[in-house]
Amino acid sequence: MLTALLVMSALALLLGAVLGFSAIKFKVEGNPLVDKIDAILPQTQCGQCSYPGCKPYATAIAAGEADINRCPPGGEEGIRKLAELLGRDFIPFGEDTAAPKPKSVAFIDENICIGCTLCIQACPVDAIAGAAKQMHTIIESECTGCELCVAPCPVDCISMVVIRENISTWKFQYPAAAVATANKMNIKSSQI
Amino acid sequence: MRKLYHFNGGVHPPTHKTESTQTPIAQAGLPSRLVVPLHQHAGSTAKPTVQVGDRVLKGQLFGMPQGSVSSAVHAPTSGTVTAIDMQVVAHSSGLADLCVTLLPDGRDEWAPRVSTNYLSTPPEELRLLLRLSGVVGLGGAVFPSDLKLRPGKHKVTTLVVNGAECEPYITCDDMLMRERAGEIVRGAEMMRYMLDADEVLIGIEDNKSEAIAAMQKAVSENNFSRMEVVTVPTIYPGGGAKQLIRVLTGIEVAAGVRSTDLGVQCFNVATAYSAHRAIEHGEPLISRIVTVTGNVQHAQNFEVLIGTPVNELVALAGAKPDTNGHIMGGPMMGVPLPSDHVTVTKATNCIIESSPALFPPPLPEMPCIRCTRCVEVCPADLQPQDLYWFAKSKNFGKAQEFSLFDCIECGSCSYVCPSSIPLVQYYRFAKSEIWANEREKEAANLARERHEFHLMRIERDKQDKAEKLAQKEKAALAAKAAAAAQPGTDAAAIDTLRAQVREIAHPDAGLNKE
Amino acid sequence: MFSPFITHASSVREIMFKVLLALLPGIALYVWYFGPAILVSITLASVTALATEAAMLKLRRRPILPFLKDNSALLTAWLLALSIPPLAPWWLVVVGTMFAISISKHLYGGLGNNPFNPAMIGYAVLIISFPVYMTHWISPQGMGQLELSFVEQMQFIFGGQFPSGVTLDAVSMATPLDTLKTQLHSGHVAADVLQMPIYGYLGGHGSEMVALGFVFGGAYLLANRIISWHLPVAFLAALFATAGAFHLYDASHYAPPLFHWFSGAAMLAAFFILTDPVTSPTTLRGKLIFAAGAGFLTYIIRVFGGFPDGVAFATLLMNISVPLIDAYTQPKVFGKKGNK
Repeated sequence: MLTALLVMSALALLLGAVLGFSAIKFKVEGNPLVDKIDAILPQTQCGQCSYPGCKPYATAIAAGEADINRCPPGGEEGIRKLAELLGRDFIPFGEDTAAPKPKSVAFIDENICIGCTLCIQACPVDAIAGAAKQMHTIIESECTGCELCVAPCPVDCISMVVIRENISTWKFQYPAAAVATANKMNIKSSQI
Repeated sequence: MRKLYHFNGGVHPPTHKTESTQTPIAQAGLPSRLVVPLHQHAGSTAKPTVQVGDRVLKGQLFGMPQGSVSSAVHAPTSGTVTAIDMQVVAHSSGLADLCVTLLPDGRDEWAPRVSTNYLSTPPEELRLLLRLSGVVGLGGAVFPSDLKLRPGKHKVTTLVVNGAECEPYITCDDMLMRERAGEIVRGAEMMRYMLDADEVLIGIEDNKSEAIAAMQKAVSENNFSRMEVVTVPTIYPGGGAKQLIRVLTGIEVAAGVRSTDLGVQCFNVATAYSAHRAIEHGEPLISRIVTVTGNVQHAQNFEVLIGTPVNELVALAGAKPDTNGHIMGGPMMGVPLPSDHVTVTKATNCIIESSPALFPPPLPEMPCIRCTRCVEVCPADLQPQDLYWFAKSKNFGKAQEFSLFDCIECGSCSYVCPSSIPLVQYYRFAKSEIWANEREKEAANLARERHEFHLMRIERDKQDKAEKLAQKEKAALAAKAAAAAQPGTDAAAIDTLRAQVREIAHPDAGLNKE
Repeated sequence: MFSPFITHASSVREIMFKVLLALLPGIALYVWYFGPAILVSITLASVTALATEAAMLKLRRRPILPFLKDNSALLTAWLLALSIPPLAPWWLVVVGTMFAISISKHLYGGLGNNPFNPAMIGYAVLIISFPVYMTHWISPQGMGQLELSFVEQMQFIFGGQFPSGVTLDAVSMATPLDTLKTQLHSGHVAADVLQMPIYGYLGGHGSEMVALGFVFGGAYLLANRIISWHLPVAFLAALFATAGAFHLYDASHYAPPLFHWFSGAAMLAAFFILTDPVTSPTTLRGKLIFAAGAGFLTYIIRVFGGFPDGVAFATLLMNISVPLIDAYTQPKVFGKKGNK
């Protein structure tokens, strides 16, 4: 009886020591789940999810405080990827988040700009070039379309221009026509 | 007898070649206008070097190559530049791209041309000449040829010249070989010289007996001892670069691997011809042979100026009223054109006028029954039904695992599918989605970096301000202490002390802050 | 419209139709040796299959006519009917067919999406649920203790009534495979058992001819490139090898391999059941492994298992392993095979 007790206690102590040692020696810095979630988010840093940027939103999702359907720039595809990563079900956009919009970039009307730098301070990715009393301009290739610059402008000179696809960014369509035909049409038997 | 190797799969569609080989190559002549895209090659768009209103000569530079992967674009004839703007081009998307519109003046006046003796010119200069002459691959990939003539990691032992032309209806290479074999062969020798290759193998399908005879005659007349014309079996897609390399040399070039790293390079016969015209005659690439066939009165081959509108070209062959579409290329891999107002580019090897009789509309797509007929015919040894499964469910990771990017989009799988599934369209969709995802990912990574730097910059500015504030307070305290310790000091001493204190508090005084 | 603009393809309908044609020689010989009752089963099964398929397609909101016309339901019906005794009551045929079409085909997604061979699922369900009816086969003509006329057969199938004094046992018998098993179990030697009148040259009298009919059908399919040689050859080779090994080991207790080839559903399996494209592997090596496994398992279940014929369960067991087989037999892609 005593030997059994001693053996069990010794085992418990040993395993506890191993666990404790591993917890200290192999501790992972930071939260890898947050990084994985952040890797899926589109980095628009627009705040539409009601968090001040993509990393804070990722942290909130990892902590279970935020749901995965709050990011319009990520679109439904983004929600699906998050659902897959976290092993949850897909949920569509709710009523309290805006619907996804087509990707756009900001454009400053240089005739109206007064060089106040308010938009420069607002841009989360430093995509506006300019200085006090100097002309401001959007660096098109860096703009994520977050629209955070539009509101602070005192003269309303910033507009959002939808990016149209060009010959280099054009994508082939999903061959849905073929599938839809087979599913919906009343196909004449002579055609089979 | 030279040993030939074998690749798996392949199909034998009806060839429809004799329709367009009854008459020799005709000259298409000058159309009413020429619309020359500045991006008709793989790589970066050429930068326009002319302006609206300029009068240009035939062969004059229109567009300068930009970046390492690029090629030049030239005026196909003499005339006036009437516009440099976005025009709909011959592309699957039907979108517009930057083009130079030229109004011919009818004189067809050449700009000065310089002949080069290739044997006394170093290969790098010849390559630069080809880049500036706009010579790109005319087999369809329009890759800048100068880049393909650069030596790789290993020595190039074999230069393969592709005269196979396996796709039905297309006969432009066949006619070029029959009529201009000498120039092709001399161009091939120039390429061999640039690559310092040991041998040149010209692969021609066995259904082109006249072309084989003409090319063999040209090789022996020029005494090119290291060049050989090899007859290969007729099978589609035996004219694909990878397939032809495999048949002639046994080497299998995987996707993403440079063939020069395996000691072999492959060029189309028309590219060899253009290289010869550029080097020996100083003529930039401003025209090419185009087969006009299908639903026309007289199918034939034309020598066409780049930028010729398709409808004017087809009119030369006699358009028919029941034509319901225009295909650029062949029936297996061709691109349906958005309209016949687009113009001929360097990639246009054939225009097929389609009609409901020639190309009936496809049957509706039925489910895949895994009959594996597609596996039997795939020349890349892929599993098309699995790729279809993953592409259809948008499982792009799995599709790449099953080697989606090894697919050469030859269309053999769709050709044999009993369920009428447009397999290649699914793969094209999957590939373009994967590329778009990669672009978005890169953009997102960049945005993340910029955002993190933005946050860091704000943090750093905040800290700087806090430091300066702390130092200012420290200096103010020190001044108070100094003043309290010596109450009777005269004003001058106090001034000196104040100056010293100011020194401590604002060490970089005199510089403009903020 | 996109490339390719030309096609050489036949259609699912054409392929399935040719398979149905290939079954005809076997069916003709079946009628010759066992009477026309089988035709009734086939008709009943066909009608049920088409009706069930139409109903399921309607429920799944898919276009009905194109799928009905692709002949796949008919093929399932015919194969199932050929695996069931012709004297089976009408409701047996109907239940089996309905189960095969609705549950094992449509509930998994319809044409092209079922992991299990529908005809074999139907057979398995029936033999487990109604073993008595499934093991009483009609005697070859001229061999039974009692012969029923065609009308009397119909009365039994549809009405469940025999003429007075007649029982099921009197008008049917066990299959040749079943008989062999029970006789061996009672201590007889295989060679002696095979001399009994119900056995013909190689297999059971009559059924060996039907098997030959299926071989002819299979040859037609091979010649027309509807099926490839891998599946039939691998199955028959594995069956022969396994049976041959046991026969060599102890000829008195194990029947010769040719007997196994021409009895039961071996030939039907080799050319028609295993070759169902939806449920067999997609790689060539995979097909060989799949069919060989089925051949081996067929023998084992026949001799050591509890069922008279092992084909159905062997097929189903190998169907389960198809995704695994496919994953491990993927061929090397062009350019990644190593040097020439």
